[in-house]
Amino acid sequence: MKFVLDGDQLDFAGALDSLLANADTVAVARAWADGDHEPGLKLWGRLAEMGVTSLADEPVFLVLAFERLGYHAVPGPWVESVAYLGRADGIATVALPPHVPYALDADVADEVYAGSARAAEVGDPVGSVDRARRLFRVTGEGATDEAAFDRAVLATSAQLLGAGERILTDSVTYVKQRRQFGREIGSYQAIKHQLADVRIALDFARPLVLGAALGEVPVSAAKIACADAAYRSSRTGLQVHGAIGYTQEFDLSIWLTKVRALVTAWGTPAYHRQQVLEGLV
Amino acid sequence: MDLDLTESESAFRDEARAWLAANVPSEPLPSMDTADGFVAHQEWEQRLADARWAVVSWPEEYHGRGASLVEWVIFEEEYYRAGAPGRVSQNGIFLLSPILFDHGTKEQQDRFLPSMATGEKIWAQCWSEPEAGSDLASLRSTAARDDERGGWVLNGQKTWSSRATYAHWGFGLFRSDPEAERHNGLTYFLFPLDAEGVTVRPIAQLDGEAGFAEVFFDDVFVPDADVLGDPGDGWRVAMSTAGNERGLSLRSPGRFCAAADRLVDLYRERVSTGSTTGADADGVVDAWIKAQAYRLYTWGTVTKLAGGGDIGAAGSVNKVFWSELDIALHETALDLLGPEAEVESRWLDGYTFALSGPIYAGTNEIQRNIVAERILGLPREVRK
Repeated sequence: MKFVLDGDQLDFAGALDSLLANADTVAVARAWADGDHEPGLKLWGRLAEMGVTSLADEPVFLVLAFERLGYHAVPGPWVESVAYLGRADGIATVALPPHVPYALDADVADEVYAGSARAAEVGDPVGSVDRARRLFRVTGEGATDEAAFDRAVLATSAQLLGAGERILTDSVTYVKQRRQFGREIGSYQAIKHQLADVRIALDFARPLVLGAALGEVPVSAAKIACADAAYRSSRTGLQVHGAIGYTQEFDLSIWLTKVRALVTAWGTPAYHRQQVLEGLV
Repeated sequence: MDLDLTESESAFRDEARAWLAANVPSEPLPSMDTADGFVAHQEWEQRLADARWAVVSWPEEYHGRGASLVEWVIFEEEYYRAGAPGRVSQNGIFLLSPILFDHGTKEQQDRFLPSMATGEKIWAQCWSEPEAGSDLASLRSTAARDDERGGWVLNGQKTWSSRATYAHWGFGLFRSDPEAERHNGLTYFLFPLDAEGVTVRPIAQLDGEAGFAEVFFDDVFVPDADVLGDPGDGWRVAMSTAGNERGLSLRSPGRFCAAADRLVDLYRERVSTGSTTGADADGVVDAWIKAQAYRLYTWGTVTKLAGGGDIGAAGSVNKVFWSELDIALHETALDLLGPEAEVESRWLDGYTFALSGPIYAGTNEIQRNIVAERILGLPREVRK
């Protein structure tokens, strides 16, 4: 019984974190959203060198990496290429209707799949709430790999957890700086209690992600908890920032929109609740 | 990183499971907050103690097994899975005993722990006062020095004292230095509830039972031997109880996992009889997931504690989560019961009890302040 990360795992997450913290990932995400993939592809290459693209069979390391990707809003079809398709080299993407109706970032992928088969045709892009998620309708048919789907759900959960953590961190920083009525707004209970509830929700989502990585609970449980916690973080984060948080220019928008997109990506909360229920009754 | 039990932990689990299967009463005991139920629960504690299951984590010399924290969590899981009775001794064994072990003298440990373990002496907590609830440090009950008799004279009033109606002994804080303010000058006392000058007045709780009481102190003499820790150091001594109450010891995950499993059973039964359309399913799923989250979170905490870590303010994260989970779980059960929900049942008892969770052991508002200030690092509230 040892339900904490070991030294290697902590070192790996720490190394990814220092790389990403110095990579201006906000600029990378903004460029990606504007159709300039170059900085994002460079970053993909650096992360691949650190082993991030070879984690499909290492679920604990997989969730650690994807939490960092979410925390830093790294753009690209990471879940699709690494978690679902298990591509160590190159970039691939996939659509799996009905749960994954579009192929994410098909314009940068070497290979585009519709289920298990190569897509016959890639259509025009469709706009996402998250500007850094470039969605493409594809035609073609193929089966879903259930184990790979679970891995993608797990990776998406971890990404949500990271995004939720980032919004909380930035919100705490903001409410300690912003002053109204002569004091920091973070000293008011109305603000404190909302942020405390975010801390609590994230703290109880994390063990489900790690537990799912160990096969102890269904990945659907992790996805529901992470989506709920990250969404709570985004709603609270926006509220405590006030109007500045409602602008595209302010960096918070990158995570607010990403969380909304990931809540329904790789299975909606309703789908995952149904999955858990079927496992129980 | 793993969730595997060692061979000896598995053996411990099997032994606990077998004993509980053979010994847990098939019919629920009457409420511990009635005269008959109190005695029935005391007898159950005696049975547990005879088989050394009452206080597994205590040393063997005090009826324990010297069990590890992992084993304690395992035992709790088995205990609630078996549907065993609530612990009438919980104020003593979970809240007071850690302090007796840390701050008590050997004489106090020898005098108090054995009868606490067997359920012969039941303890009541005496924290709140009419004017001191969340702001406990504003308490006004006093302890005056009596050098002649070698002790202290208590005066004042405590309230919402859980188990005090039928309990034998109480523990609580009194202001021993009238000049000192707030957290300073408080002393931790142990006192028999039948001492001269003590008056206990039961208070009917929401369900009509006397689960707590007011306790009045009118020149109650307490000898020096019944002071826990140093005089004037009571706040620091007491706070180790608060941490335990909010954190692990009062609410092991076994309780919620067992309740969530029973909720799933209830859902299945209601579906099979056509009593639910399935619209309540989300509540069932969410309660089950949260119980699992609590179980896994606890294993993380246990690993950290076993490695020499400290729960600290995370106990407040814990307390808000389990108290809200407990209510949500029982609300879902009542939803499933439909128009039958108002009829007396085990679910209704559980619901009524759960309603107190966000209030006792430090209200959830206080816990959220602690999370915000001590974990998130937000500015402290201006306090008077």
